[in-house]
Amino acid sequence: MTRGLIAALLLAAAAPVGAQTFAIVNGTVARGDGSEPIRGGTVVVRNGRIVAAGAGVGVPAGAQVIDANGKWVTPGIVAGFSRLGLAEVDLTSSKEDGGGRDDTSGSADDTSQTGPFSAAIDVVPAINPLDTTIAVNRADGVTRALVAPGVGKNIFAGQGAVIDTGADLQPVTSARKFQFVELGETGADKAGGSRASAHVLFRNALREAAELSRYPRPISVKGGRSDDVLLNRFDAAALVPVLQGRQFLLIHVERASDILQVLGLKREFGALKIVLVGGSEGWMVADQIARSGTPVIASAVNDLPASFEQIAATQSNVGRMRAAGVKVSIGMIDDGDTRNLFMERQYAGNLVALQKIPGATGVSWGEALAMITSGPAQAIGMDGEIGSLAPGRRADVVIWSGDPLEGASAAEQVYIDGVRQPLDTHQTKLRDRYRYLPRRDLPEAYRR
Amino acid sequence: MLRLGAVATSLMALSACAAMDEKPAPAAAIRINEDPYPSTYQRYPGALTVIRHATVLDGDGHQIADGTVVFGDGVIQAVGGPELASPAGAVEVDGTGKFVTPGIIDVHSHLGDYPSPGVSSLSDGNEATSPVRPEVWAEHSVWPQDPGFSRALVNGGVTTLQVLPGSANLFGGRSVVLKNVPARTAQGMKFPGAPYGLKMACGENPKRVYGSKGNMPQTRMGNIALARATWIKAAAYKRKWDKYYRNGGDMPERDLAMDTLKGVLDGKILIQNHCYRADEMAQMIDMSKEFGYHITAFHHAVEAYKIADILAANNICAVMWADWYGFKMESYDAIKENIPFVHNAGACAIVHSDDANYIQRLNQEASKALADGIRAGIPNLSEAVAWEWLSRNPAKALGILDKTGTLAQGKMADVVLWNGDPFSDYTRPERVWVDGAEMYDANDPRKRPVSDFELGQPGEGDTK
Repeated sequence: MTRGLIAALLLAAAAPVGAQTFAIVNGTVARGDGSEPIRGGTVVVRNGRIVAAGAGVGVPAGAQVIDANGKWVTPGIVAGFSRLGLAEVDLTSSKEDGGGRDDTSGSADDTSQTGPFSAAIDVVPAINPLDTTIAVNRADGVTRALVAPGVGKNIFAGQGAVIDTGADLQPVTSARKFQFVELGETGADKAGGSRASAHVLFRNALREAAELSRYPRPISVKGGRSDDVLLNRFDAAALVPVLQGRQFLLIHVERASDILQVLGLKREFGALKIVLVGGSEGWMVADQIARSGTPVIASAVNDLPASFEQIAATQSNVGRMRAAGVKVSIGMIDDGDTRNLFMERQYAGNLVALQKIPGATGVSWGEALAMITSGPAQAIGMDGEIGSLAPGRRADVVIWSGDPLEGASAAEQVYIDGVRQPLDTHQTKLRDRYRYLPRRDLPEAYRR
Repeated sequence: MLRLGAVATSLMALSACAAMDEKPAPAAAIRINEDPYPSTYQRYPGALTVIRHATVLDGDGHQIADGTVVFGDGVIQAVGGPELASPAGAVEVDGTGKFVTPGIIDVHSHLGDYPSPGVSSLSDGNEATSPVRPEVWAEHSVWPQDPGFSRALVNGGVTTLQVLPGSANLFGGRSVVLKNVPARTAQGMKFPGAPYGLKMACGENPKRVYGSKGNMPQTRMGNIALARATWIKAAAYKRKWDKYYRNGGDMPERDLAMDTLKGVLDGKILIQNHCYRADEMAQMIDMSKEFGYHITAFHHAVEAYKIADILAANNICAVMWADWYGFKMESYDAIKENIPFVHNAGACAIVHSDDANYIQRLNQEASKALADGIRAGIPNLSEAVAWEWLSRNPAKALGILDKTGTLAQGKMADVVLWNGDPFSDYTRPERVWVDGAEMYDANDPRKRPVSDFELGQPGEGDTK
């Protein structure tokens, strides 16, 4: 652990969170709500919340003033779909090693391959806020993340959380915010080899949840749960809030026909609050998705037929869905999901680039930023709390060296809940140690 | 007559004597064909073209603000400023607000041997049946219909790439250098005259793949021991063949695996060595000296920054990502300044993809590395310098710098016209030429390659 991190932890423990008032002035301010950036804007923060952001915002008397002249100011990046904090080191690279998952490490908690539970799994105990992955992403302006467990033996992966990336030991913003389920190729595999089986398993699980919700007594009581069950009681109970629409249901599908099947589930189970995850072929059925009002957390730049469920993948997918009226945002779906969340802003920039390509459909700069800030928050009903610089939101604010949708720009100051965060990491320490190589009086191990 | 007979007798005696003292002259050595799967690539026709008023990054460290690039007959004819005259009949392209660069060269790709779709039937990158497989050749796995080639061309501006076997093995097999031009056969893409490479690997992958099966290597010391034992055999094989080529006689038995290693020891096949950790790269360098070969490049080289001076002193390129980290233990010490730090030490720095998606954004990877280097205070960095990481240095590492990699007169006209500054996320290739033939034009849907696999499928011919 770095000294800076320890200091920050002590600070977080000692001081009331973001109790002071401060104003960031003279920066190019982008609110993350889809609007375009404003030059010479001001952001005012009090008690860890946004007071105001934009042009013509006054600086309250007594506020600490931070000059962001020449800089950009945005809400922190919200990783739309991730496994951040679940794996310090992944260990396997599926293609090149020719082997399966490595079992020699205790550093990866992202999936329960052989455990008995599925839907009941709550990802929170697996999250390690001191993972270097969290520090690396914090240092690059990622301040919140939707964290989903990976599927093990069942189509249901379990319940995901929303976390912050602050340098403290309280990462959870909202626990058990959503259930995550695989209903495409991976779901078919987990269900025994077919999508048809996956859908029966899904319907059966909701049936068992429905039954359990009608008979909420312990299993030993006569007249309770029927014997005709596949799920253990704990897993079935975990699906009751999904069935009743009290918990979001994130469903990963890519193929156009799979998306339509999911929209069909929504008609069948009216209370489900479904969010589509992935959706590489969403552009083909964009109108249907839009009409259903279902949000999509999509991969930004998939353009390869990487599998038979992504044959029509194109980087225009997000733009075309957006143009059709779909509420679409960006996640890292099976793409460095444990660690490369900082790539999202570069991907968002790539969607802007598409505006200049004949035949392609891009998105505006403001929309692109929203897709990695307020968009994912909105998909799970948390945009009143995080993801933008609107008044009352948690003060997750980043001051960038330049346009944040350029990968070349860097986060210079990062605030979470109004608390300034340390930006040193394992990587920056190594950088400083090896900046100059000539031999000195003592080995490199003495430099820090 | 008598005299003649005496002479004849003495001649006979001499002849008999010779027959007793000397063997018949040995049969002359027969040279083994070292190019049995030759390139059939032929450049496509292209117009004599002049791009004017563009910002030119020549790949050799220079930037021309109002630049002119002339190419025709497949080669670069002239590069200069606005004063450069247009040859008669040349097609003029207005490059105002745009950039011209050499085509990007990716020295580490698995396109074609791990193609899309990623199904096991098409998974042909690792002959993971023995840690020593120098006998396999990546070109025999390359599926030219991989849709990834076209994405790399149109979104990435990649005109040349090296396809490597995977890294499950200590000796993974031969690489192949391809022109990124659609073809019916792998031979139709093979870069004419490019030397072969041999993929080697150190570290986690070989020891995991074989150790988990209870076989050698199970450890890093096992990796090295097995590699050394293999080089000892290769040296003996080379001695046998060198003697044969020198003296003729009975042809030694051929061994495909040893043929490749002999090619390395002869200096004809370049070593492309997958290696992450600094300490392991140092071990590999010593091994190369022990057996008398040169390592052309360390691939992935996540810790190259720790030994950048050693790499420079040994004339070894480091092939790197901008910011990948931690996906395995040997990538744990990745830093974002790796590429500029290696460059700053005077070593040959290269940006690579190893990925069908990242190959479409290598310019953006270079952009991040450049910015991180400047922030870390590395002097004399610029976009013009950073483009060396994308074409010049890769061409050097593939042994084709005399043919491509910079916009120098007489080199192959592998050229990209970008619709803005390629060091921005907002920029894409607008037109791409390979050997002077236009293979992509963003404004012309007919100049968008579509692989056989994609025909008749949803999204055929779409902008990707």
